[in-house]
Amino acid sequence: MKTDVNASSASEIAVAVKAAADPNDPIAAISRGETLPSEVHKSLADEEAVLDVKDFRLWYGAAQALYDINMSVPRGKVTALIGPSGCGKSTLLRSVNRLNDLIDIVKIDGDMVLNGDSVYGPGVDVIELRKRMGMVFQKSNPFPMSIYENVVYSLRIDGENRKSVLDEICEKSLRGAALWNEVKDRLDDLALGLSGGQQQRLCIARAIAAEPEVLLMDEPCSALDPIATGKIEDLIESLRGEYTILIVTHNMQQASRVSDYTAFMYLGRLIEYGATGELFTRPHLKATEDYITGRFG
Amino acid sequence: MSSSEKESKSSGRDASGRGSSGQGASGKGSSGNGGGWSERTRARSKSSLFAAGEPMVWLTGGALAACAFMVAGLLLLVLVKGLSTFWPASVIKLETPDGRTYMGEVTREDLYRPTDNVLADLDGEIARKAALEVEEKEGWAFRRLVRTGNFKLTQNHFSWVNEWEVAEASEPEWAMVLERLEWGRFYGFPEAFVLLTPISERTADGQGRTGEERMAEALGLVEELAGQGAEVQLVDDRFVNGRRGPALVDPAESATVQDLQGVAQVFRGPEQAWAKFQELHKESRQRWHDRRRLEKFDTGKVNHKQEEARLAVRELELELEEASGTAGEPDVRTRLADAEAKFEEVRTWADREFTRIRQEIDAINHENSRYQILMRTAGEGTRPEEQVLLRLDDVVRAYPANRLGWVDKAGIYLSRWSEFLTDEPREANSEGGVYPAIFGTVAMTLIMSLVVVPFGVLAALYLKEYANAGPVVSAVRIAVNNLAGVPSIVFGVFGLGFFCYVVGASIDEVLFAANLPNPTFGKGGLLWASLTLALLTLPVVIVATEEAVSAVPNSMREGSYACGASKWQTIRRIVLPRALPGIITGMILAIARGAGEVAPLMLVGAVKLAPELPIDGLFPFVHPERSFMHLGFHIYDVGFQSQNSEAAKPMVFTTTLLLIAIVAVLNFVTIAIRNRLRSKFAGGQF
Repeated sequence: MKTDVNASSASEIAVAVKAAADPNDPIAAISRGETLPSEVHKSLADEEAVLDVKDFRLWYGAAQALYDINMSVPRGKVTALIGPSGCGKSTLLRSVNRLNDLIDIVKIDGDMVLNGDSVYGPGVDVIELRKRMGMVFQKSNPFPMSIYENVVYSLRIDGENRKSVLDEICEKSLRGAALWNEVKDRLDDLALGLSGGQQQRLCIARAIAAEPEVLLMDEPCSALDPIATGKIEDLIESLRGEYTILIVTHNMQQASRVSDYTAFMYLGRLIEYGATGELFTRPHLKATEDYITGRFG
Repeated sequence: MSSSEKESKSSGRDASGRGSSGQGASGKGSSGNGGGWSERTRARSKSSLFAAGEPMVWLTGGALAACAFMVAGLLLLVLVKGLSTFWPASVIKLETPDGRTYMGEVTREDLYRPTDNVLADLDGEIARKAALEVEEKEGWAFRRLVRTGNFKLTQNHFSWVNEWEVAEASEPEWAMVLERLEWGRFYGFPEAFVLLTPISERTADGQGRTGEERMAEALGLVEELAGQGAEVQLVDDRFVNGRRGPALVDPAESATVQDLQGVAQVFRGPEQAWAKFQELHKESRQRWHDRRRLEKFDTGKVNHKQEEARLAVRELELELEEASGTAGEPDVRTRLADAEAKFEEVRTWADREFTRIRQEIDAINHENSRYQILMRTAGEGTRPEEQVLLRLDDVVRAYPANRLGWVDKAGIYLSRWSEFLTDEPREANSEGGVYPAIFGTVAMTLIMSLVVVPFGVLAALYLKEYANAGPVVSAVRIAVNNLAGVPSIVFGVFGLGFFCYVVGASIDEVLFAANLPNPTFGKGGLLWASLTLALLTLPVVIVATEEAVSAVPNSMREGSYACGASKWQTIRRIVLPRALPGIITGMILAIARGAGEVAPLMLVGAVKLAPELPIDGLFPFVHPERSFMHLGFHIYDVGFQSQNSEAAKPMVFTTTLLLIAIVAVLNFVTIAIRNRLRSKFAGGQF
């Protein structure tokens, strides 16, 4: 389904403002500081979860950024996190591989479970944990080394130095990231010489080289032009099934195009979570509908 | 959208509320009638001179031009003076009406104001000319500084000659410049080449000549030479010109005594003498070099062996002191006895070696004393012309300055440069080469870089990557930055007090106890100087590294962490390679700073004349404890500590030029490395 975002006008904004004033509206309730259970569609119950987020809360210093997030990410599916800026979707994504640990002021509560293993439990080896996930960032961040070395980076740091193994994985990952044909003749060139879209696909190749249990994507297309975005989306399409993908996106059309499930977040809460088609066509909550039709956000 | 609308509305309301005074301000937002437009243009034009930035362009550009002018001026001065030093000038001969003569190279010309006293002391022809010149030049007079050399005869290297004194100036064809090992330059005319017959040479009949015969022949020679115009006679068995003057009666020449009693072949006339000189000079110098090698290296080697044996004995003596009364004592005693026996053995061997070396040296000396050139001076000042015999091996370089073509001059120029770059200094550093200083400077700078870069980089990595930002880190950072502002001599004092007297002395006590009370490491040396300079340049490296590490995008670090890399793996594989060009920039700055530093070196090991290089053929080949020569210190020493400062002055420029060149070369090498790295990890912005 295609939502006409451009149709928003002064009258619609007035409607949205009015809707926000409705005492039964979850947005208004959140604004009042109430806690609400997330609206999770039944369709998710059938799926096998790779990652389970359990009562997850997170603070930046004194400011709470995530409130009691409970969600399970289904295996082999693409799950999109949508929501307005600052709603905590990137924070949630970065919490999965504990990148937020690098920020001193972050405090967390609750846990996540990755294939049965606690992510935040005591004694968890963060480095080993991160090796089980791949991550693609908003801005492509190839390392200052050759294309080849970029792809096999996670193997190198694991101490894998056998040329045959590295060659095989490099090719497989680059093929997986639909980049092989473009770079196979210049694997030893600097990765920084690639175009923006190629760099991002290289980052995806790097992320899938270690066969991650879940692939985290933080707005992977926001810095790309439409053609490069199209390629990345095709790539996500082709990775579906093989990898479990959790993707943060600003772009609702993109979420509707690439994802199987979509979670709508707002002000640090998970508002509604369900199959993409259902969420976009028949959202259970008025707030979700308002957001996806562009009435606010 | 709605909020901006609201804002513009409210500003409009405000403007109307404020009345007419607000009109101009609100005009920018909404409409602009004709009057409002012109008002605005005028308002802008009032402040436009500075607002447009035109004066700032001139100011900034002017500042840059001034900087560039000063730097270029300094470099040009050093370049011109440094490059022109070695070009052979022609020799001029100045004669005065009252019979004084000055011959030599003009080193400086200037205009000065002669005082009335000076003018009053003059008389006759000279006074008339002086008055004329001073009047013509309105109180000024022209004079020349002539390098007349012949110090041993005249006790004078340079003479000022006033223009009014000069009756005749000429460039005599056969005026020669002789650069000698000692006593500076000699200016004169070649009279004859004297080739003495070796004493052992026998006549055709197989008989050695008797003493009387040789004496008779020598007297004949004297007569022959005396015919050249100067008085030559035998005094005390010595062949001396004129009287027992300072020219020849010298221990160095005593070896010639015997020979002079022999027979000499004399090649008279400047052409012949110069031709013979050219023919035999090279081999004579070669023999001199051989002798020098014997004196220096062969003797040094024997000394070294002897010293080693002595130290072995001394070590065991110390060990015995410690072991006395314990079970180990007898064992030490036997070993000491062995060592003493060995020492005796070495000593006899060394004595034998010394005798052998002495004999070889004597033989070379004897042979070299056979080749002499008889020179006639032009006479300096009121002195008459004099004849002087000079040994060929004492002459480093000789040339008839006024007969040289362009190519010959270039040859001499290059040969002086090559001597400068590859030879040892002589004449209290004011002549000869600076090779030991070049070696010392480069070695010190390299050791310094090897020490300071790893230390600085590690320190900066800790500060940036590991340490939690807080007051302690800030304090450390401020301390490091302030370190850069500490006067360098303070580092020298610290280096002397800590490295030499604490660390060095401790090393001596533990490892070189046998050598005490002579310090090995407990004094200034190459290692301590390098460490002191490393300390001095540490802030530069730390600051540069911190900057470079900060410039590594956080997204790269996160990407690495997300791949499961540990902190150190991220630093090693991502941060360091990416920051490397910046780190090397810091290294370049450190090299530039360190290589040019002199003050602290005076305290921690740079010396006027180092007898040995820090690297030589004697075990353990590298001697970081040795004191060394340094170009910067050399400049100071030559410029300010030399007794012949006028002659040393050009050397200051040449050495400065060389130091700048070395720093530039070191920098270019590092920049080349950095550029390679930068292209490898493209995207760096340093």
